[in-house]
Amino acid sequence: MALTVDIEKKLNGFRLKSAFEAGDETLAILGASGCGKSLTLKCIAGVEKPDRGYIELDGRVLFDSKRDIDLPARKRGVGYLFQDYALVPNMTVEENIGCGISRDRDKEAEIREKIDAFYLEGLEKKYPSQLSGGQKQRVAIARMLASRPNMIMLDEPFSALDSFLKWQLEQEILSLQERFRGSILFVSHNRDEVYRLCDRVVVMEDGATQEVLGKREMFADPKTLSATLLSGCKNISAAKKTGEHSLFAKDWNTSLETTARVPDDLAYVGFRAHFFEVAEKAGANTVECEVTRVVEDMFSIIVMARAAGSLETNARAYLRWELGKEQWARLNEPKKLLLRMPAHQLILMK
Amino acid sequence: MDFSPLWLSLRVALLATLITFCLGLLAARLVAGMRRAKGLVDGLFTLPLVLPPTVVGFFLLVIFGKNGFIGQMLAQIGAPVVFTWQGAVIASMVVSFPLMYRTARGAFEQMDQNLLAAGRTLGMSEWRLFYKVMLPNSIPSIMAGTVLAFARALGEFGATIMLAGNIPGKTQTVSVAIYTAVQAGNWDLAYEWMGIIVSISFVTIVLMNAWGRYGTRYRRETEKEWH
Repeated sequence: MALTVDIEKKLNGFRLKSAFEAGDETLAILGASGCGKSLTLKCIAGVEKPDRGYIELDGRVLFDSKRDIDLPARKRGVGYLFQDYALVPNMTVEENIGCGISRDRDKEAEIREKIDAFYLEGLEKKYPSQLSGGQKQRVAIARMLASRPNMIMLDEPFSALDSFLKWQLEQEILSLQERFRGSILFVSHNRDEVYRLCDRVVVMEDGATQEVLGKREMFADPKTLSATLLSGCKNISAAKKTGEHSLFAKDWNTSLETTARVPDDLAYVGFRAHFFEVAEKAGANTVECEVTRVVEDMFSIIVMARAAGSLETNARAYLRWELGKEQWARLNEPKKLLLRMPAHQLILMK
Repeated sequence: MDFSPLWLSLRVALLATLITFCLGLLAARLVAGMRRAKGLVDGLFTLPLVLPPTVVGFFLLVIFGKNGFIGQMLAQIGAPVVFTWQGAVIASMVVSFPLMYRTARGAFEQMDQNLLAAGRTLGMSEWRLFYKVMLPNSIPSIMAGTVLAFARALGEFGATIMLAGNIPGKTQTVSVAIYTAVQAGNWDLAYEWMGIIVSISFVTIVLMNAWGRYGTRYRRETEKEWH
């Protein structure tokens, strides 16, 4: 039981080059908006046609440009949960769920079963426009499962929601994962959602997929600049190798030592905002910097500090440090800081 | 007063609208889903709208006339078109067709593509998608197209007089009757016909609007709920 995708498509000057494999798991496709995530899903669903390539699901070839195979969307058995749910506005809840049930099956019993399973009692005769956001999503999931898909694709299911509703709906997706056995593709630009809902991640940038990584591995060692940015790393500097375990961070004007071996083609170094330590005296991996701005967040303090000797006009020269309010209060509003970046927490990127 | 032109006009316009309604929707679905040759086919279907009705009538006369291919076939099975009321139906139908076709096509093309994509991934056939999703969601446009087509068919003059002629009691519709009355200097008769036509057109639009509101009641219920 697995999904294999290896496709290419050109569309209005955009080049899609998507290749990955997924087993019976939830695989996240993480990427900025417009990077080709949704287009990849549409190609798998059969709604868009790739120029060339190969798509296989559970041993069944859905698309193969070499052998001229292009199964129509309705025969692919791919469940697609759209961002806006795409419920048919002129159909009631039960009619919407019935959309995916073929005539040879007991339609009424199956609709009944889905209504019960997704807590939709009393809403059977309502139209989508009379439902709340959470109800709409439950109807869309029920409708998708009623069509008995072999795999499921979730296209940014929480993108346009407020945080309270978002959490509720995330619970729905978790219970969907519990009841569905098969590949689930989860498309998102939000690293937190991805971390909570998935085991493995494939990062997409400018229409191209990168290597599939385990989520812990991906967030600990993102390997590429785009993956590092998507993983939420706030401090990034251009870097150059100076030794087997040392490098020079150009934007921070600092030499740093690393635990990991520095690759020859090192291009960037990154450091997460939460990991800074205050150093007593200058030493290895310490950066002297000047506090330029302090922003109070709800539960933390964000300190912007510029490394000594770096350019004032360079946005990357400003380090972002996030710390607890009490810790900041103990420091007595310093003008200058000596920050240490522990060697094992540096992110090295090619 | 001889009411035969009125009955004839209503019969011709209703029949023409019925055929135009079906053909227009099918043509709109066909063209909306086309990738290649779309512009060409669309141009062909829209032509009767931009051509002078007399030119359309002339074309029809050539096609359905004694020397035309279809005309000869129809004559052989004993169903001639020229100078018959069926001819008036054909003329009205051809002239009103682009109005139905274009409004329906516009609605189909503006449909939320995700809605259709979702239907396809759920296993709905193209035909089921058409009458379960596309048609019901285009009701206001389809209503508007039908009203326009009916109005155009009811008022058809140029192509009708070319193909069906002006035979009182046989092919003389209200539009043609008004023309004939004015030509003969019978202004009272012309006024009477005018009043009748204005009333019918007005009532048609009111009825259609009411039907359109009923057809899209799922939208109205929403409004009630929210405001």
